[in-house]
Amino acid sequence: MNAIIVSALLGVILMFCSWGIKSPRLQKNITLVGFLVLIVANLAQLNGWYVIDFDTKGMLSFSRFGLYANTLLFIVTFLYIWINAEEVDQIGNQSGDFYALFFFILCGASILTSFDNLLMLFIGIEILSIPLYILTGADKKNLLSNEASLKYFLMGSFSTGILLLGIAFIYGATGSFRLQAPQIVPSQGFAMEQYLLSAGLILIFAAMNFKVSAAPFHFWTPDVYDGAPTVFTSFMATIVKSAAFVAFITVFHGQAKSLGNSWELLLSFVIVATMLVGNITAVFQRSVKRMLAYSSIAQAGFMLFALYGVSDFANEGILLYMVVYSLATIGIFGVLIKMKEYSFEAFHGLGKSHPLLAFLTTVFLMSLAGIPLTGGFFAKYYMLNALMVAGAGLWLVIVAILFAAISVYYYFRLIQAMYFVPGTPAIKEVDKTYTYKLLVIAILLLVLGVFPNLLFNYLYF
Amino acid sequence: MPILYYIYLCLTLFSIGVVGVLTRRNAIIVFMCIELMLNAVNLLLVAFSKMYHGAAYLNSPTTTIGIDAQIFVFFIMVVAAAEVSVGLAIIVMMYRNTHSVDINFLNRLKN
Repeated sequence: MNAIIVSALLGVILMFCSWGIKSPRLQKNITLVGFLVLIVANLAQLNGWYVIDFDTKGMLSFSRFGLYANTLLFIVTFLYIWINAEEVDQIGNQSGDFYALFFFILCGASILTSFDNLLMLFIGIEILSIPLYILTGADKKNLLSNEASLKYFLMGSFSTGILLLGIAFIYGATGSFRLQAPQIVPSQGFAMEQYLLSAGLILIFAAMNFKVSAAPFHFWTPDVYDGAPTVFTSFMATIVKSAAFVAFITVFHGQAKSLGNSWELLLSFVIVATMLVGNITAVFQRSVKRMLAYSSIAQAGFMLFALYGVSDFANEGILLYMVVYSLATIGIFGVLIKMKEYSFEAFHGLGKSHPLLAFLTTVFLMSLAGIPLTGGFFAKYYMLNALMVAGAGLWLVIVAILFAAISVYYYFRLIQAMYFVPGTPAIKEVDKTYTYKLLVIAILLLVLGVFPNLLFNYLYF
Repeated sequence: MPILYYIYLCLTLFSIGVVGVLTRRNAIIVFMCIELMLNAVNLLLVAFSKMYHGAAYLNSPTTTIGIDAQIFVFFIMVVAAAEVSVGLAIIVMMYRNTHSVDINFLNRLKN
């Protein structure tokens, strides 16, 4: 509750700052302070202090898991703004507007971590998506940005329509929008209830797959990620995707049993298809930005494991995966922003000319690939463990590991381009502080790679 | 009238919307088809709301069962309006750069 109210308020404040205050530096500092306030407000609720305490009539329910996921999302966004603020300033005329949109997106994210009603799911997803359409098209004169924005908008509202049809079907079957709806009795009422419920759940499943860019509904992802301004791609691929995953899990951990055995079949199909499309297509990309877009599809395949069954491993795993994947992706995009062009050739010789930056890139890529000693290893380990605990077949684990091995190939192609091919990298001026900021991210990843428990301790106490 | 008629009507409207999105090339028309999809859902929700309300009304005339779907419909309308404002802005932005609202423009990112 605190997070939703405070983030919406901060969004409005930042909106006014964008015409009241002209200095981008001051706007950035106000934003960072705003994030600290937001984190403190959220932690306060985690400890039982409310700004406003009222009965939400079953619309929202605040679990420890949701609130903790909120905290992690806010901290990651704080780091994101801290690193990327200068890049955000270079897009458009009024960067304060973008900061306001970030806060609105986080308002949607905090609804998505705490909804208990399909109405709030719908509203949360829309609050999350509508500012993103604007951010994607932020570079107004650039045709690619326009195209990405229009494509994202049309596809996004199409998937909203599908989500709504699913919600309407579920309402028709159960007579309630609550997540834990009373179980239907097929013999009473009209006999189609069971069909309506299954159809509704499958439609919601499709729409949510669209939002997290899982396989049969991934087709927009590479184009949108490629066309959007790189700073905002970094935001979309990390924080927004994580929030959508938390919502996905909240819906289906409660409802999946209504689908019976076919749920596991459906989910396995989506997981395998996602990892197949993501990993195989990423191998053939010539642009690093597009490769990262496909790699984010592949990572979504891994995150889908958390849906397989309810367990502590699934909850812990999705939080760890979310943080580690977001940090690594923000880091690698942080390096990518500084390149003049996004081809692999642009990275030739980076190891010689910018040794620290090349080393940091290596750490980020290793974490994405899941090499031990980086956070990515334990993230993948927890996800596979969640899959085993949920009782999935061993074949799925083997398939996942095989695809993880394929992913090593295209991540290491970039490392090879940096260290083993001589040349001059096409890189802009990078000042020392920027590199040190990225170093902080890399250190966090290495710490999480050795002590992943640091993250979970707060989940239970 | 049985609820099935409403379901079939709404599914027909929804399918018209989906087919329109998939086949039309004008961005504004695609957009209208998306609105048609949303409104088909609105109609379905109102029909279900009436069904549950009518059943509960027989037992107690002051019941509020089934009202929540109608509230949902208002939320869908408001959100659709917000989406329209952003979407039309995006289409205008595209029109300024290309002087066309043709979806076929959306193929530059493929290669």
